[in-house]
Amino acid sequence: MDLLTGIFITPFAEMIGLPDLFFQALWDGFVSGTLYGLIALGFVLIFKASGVFNFAQPILVVLAALALISFYKMGVPAWISVVLVLIMFYALAWLIERLILRKLVNTDGNILFMSTVALSFIIIGAAQWIFGGRPSSMIHKELGFPVGSVEWPMFGGGVYFELLDISAAVVAVLLIVCLGLFFSRTKIGRGLRAVADDHQAALSVGISLNQIWVIVWFVAGVVALVTGIFWGARSDVSFALQIIGFKALPVLIIGGFTSVPGAIVGGLMIGIGEKMFEIYWGPLLGSGVEGWFAYFIALGFLLFKPQGLFGDKIIERV
Amino acid sequence: MYFRETGQFKSKYKEELAAFPIFEDKIGIAIAALLAFVLIPIFGLPGLSWDFTMSAVMIPVVIFTITTLGLNILLGFAGQISLGTAAFMGVGAYSCYKIMTIFPDLNALICVVLSGIVTAFVGTIFGLPSLRIKGFYLMVATLAAQFFLEWAFIRIPWLYNYNISGAIEVPYKEMFGIVLTGAKSEPLTRYFVCLGFLVVLTWLASNVIRGRIGRSWMMIRDMDIAAELIGVRPLTAKLSAFAFSSFYIGISGALMVFFWLGAAEVESFDINHSFTYLFMVIIGGLGSITGCYFGAILVWVVPVILKEYGKSVFGIDAFVMENFTTILLGVVMVVILIVEPHGLARIWQIAKQKLRLWPFPY
Repeated sequence: MDLLTGIFITPFAEMIGLPDLFFQALWDGFVSGTLYGLIALGFVLIFKASGVFNFAQPILVVLAALALISFYKMGVPAWISVVLVLIMFYALAWLIERLILRKLVNTDGNILFMSTVALSFIIIGAAQWIFGGRPSSMIHKELGFPVGSVEWPMFGGGVYFELLDISAAVVAVLLIVCLGLFFSRTKIGRGLRAVADDHQAALSVGISLNQIWVIVWFVAGVVALVTGIFWGARSDVSFALQIIGFKALPVLIIGGFTSVPGAIVGGLMIGIGEKMFEIYWGPLLGSGVEGWFAYFIALGFLLFKPQGLFGDKIIERV
Repeated sequence: MYFRETGQFKSKYKEELAAFPIFEDKIGIAIAALLAFVLIPIFGLPGLSWDFTMSAVMIPVVIFTITTLGLNILLGFAGQISLGTAAFMGVGAYSCYKIMTIFPDLNALICVVLSGIVTAFVGTIFGLPSLRIKGFYLMVATLAAQFFLEWAFIRIPWLYNYNISGAIEVPYKEMFGIVLTGAKSEPLTRYFVCLGFLVVLTWLASNVIRGRIGRSWMMIRDMDIAAELIGVRPLTAKLSAFAFSSFYIGISGALMVFFWLGAAEVESFDINHSFTYLFMVIIGGLGSITGCYFGAILVWVVPVILKEYGKSVFGIDAFVMENFTTILLGVVMVVILIVEPHGLARIWQIAKQKLRLWPFPY
């Protein structure tokens, strides 16, 4: 009985009793949701364009953040270091295409996936070697993002909005809109979608597969950089960020592997859902449930709607 | 100029189906057994101290071969991908610890086997989603197992007997007057226990895979719809693969804590370890039992030996060597995927074939 009231009555009573806390939790969930969505977006971009499930995306986020910080520490002005990181990612995309993907054209999806796991090992080793393993703090202040918070009085209490979180949400929305336009309106974007549909057909109408892959990995790198800046600003930049990156997988399950809006909606659902669960239902189980709750939402989706909310329906033919 | 099968005639089907039908294969196995059972335990590996050889190279590699066998059954033979390997090893370790505390008089080896059975149950439960989904989707489901179990190992104090440190500590156990586990046990005893488990489990796996169940796993792997049409039940095939594989993984987890580490915290079962085991399977070769041995040896022994030589011979910083071996592992993996996706086992087979015809390949 105690358990049942704990599950069905107390949490809701708390929500109504302390609405400011509820809205605070909702906002926190929303912000981490957009950031999950951003990581998932990196996965979706590469999956759409090359059918590769890119497991290295979380480590690209770490790499971007670490590289940005160490360029800045070398004395390069903040915005120029951003440019340097972008150049570095372009070189990386070119190298990955040249050394790995080109040799694996026409192989099974599983093998491509494994090669990105191997790639993430290479990047982890190299990044630790070059940048060291110690956590360091992000340079968001130097990049001109606002710090501090505004309080919005509500129901006798108040909800705090971190300015940084607001700018993160704005930047995320901007990035998504830009990417949407890029995919649907530009020639390169159409090329990307053609490659995703069918490699051979794309080749036969004169789209260069190699070029497209470099571009798409570069775009994923840009997304990784944005994600890295904002995640890094919320917590320290370290290799632990990689674990947060795995949260993007349930997001993909919910949103569908091929859908950009799905990544965002899924991210928000996971972000808000796990924050609510942690605050209101977490104490029943002993805290720390944030670590696995997202995966259980994903499990539920897998059982009832395996293609996700916006994904293409999987049709299997014998 | 290796060897040829010419002149070795079989007059019974039974001989034809034997595990090692060719005489030279038997010699090869005998040499490997001699190395593992006699020569390395007596002399150790060249350039490394005996203690280091046993505790940092041989015992773990034997245990990880069992893990790899388990994962390979699931991934290579039944085609179901899992990223929860490390957590299932944790289930084996924690359940072995609980069994030892609940039944203090039970023989340690029986405890290990029982913990394998407990893990098989847990694995079957987390294998249930595989009935509806596969591929990357299943991978996410097993990630749920990984993170949920990791959380459970921290948050359920009953599992580690309300120990303040949150770690499991290995109790003292003996059999026939020989100390098996605990701080006083000899590395040699522990090594032979692990090796014994490995031999028995390899024998079991190779026979199960050749039998009816193993064939049904391979049919499911190759094409599940077609397998269903010709009468393989996906439910039993997939779940038995999960159970069998988890049994192996659970045993290896119990062995890892009780016969190698001596104490363990949840960090020994985190997701990065799952990836290492996955690498062992893939580098060794999907769907090959010999490959499990190759994979475990390459992924575990080579970095350990490199680190040790790097430190003692060239005086390189441990941090640098650590990163260097991580990069090396990734590069080896990429090269293997590009050159031969079926791993070292396949390369070994091709080399054998080439050597048979050498020096006149046409």
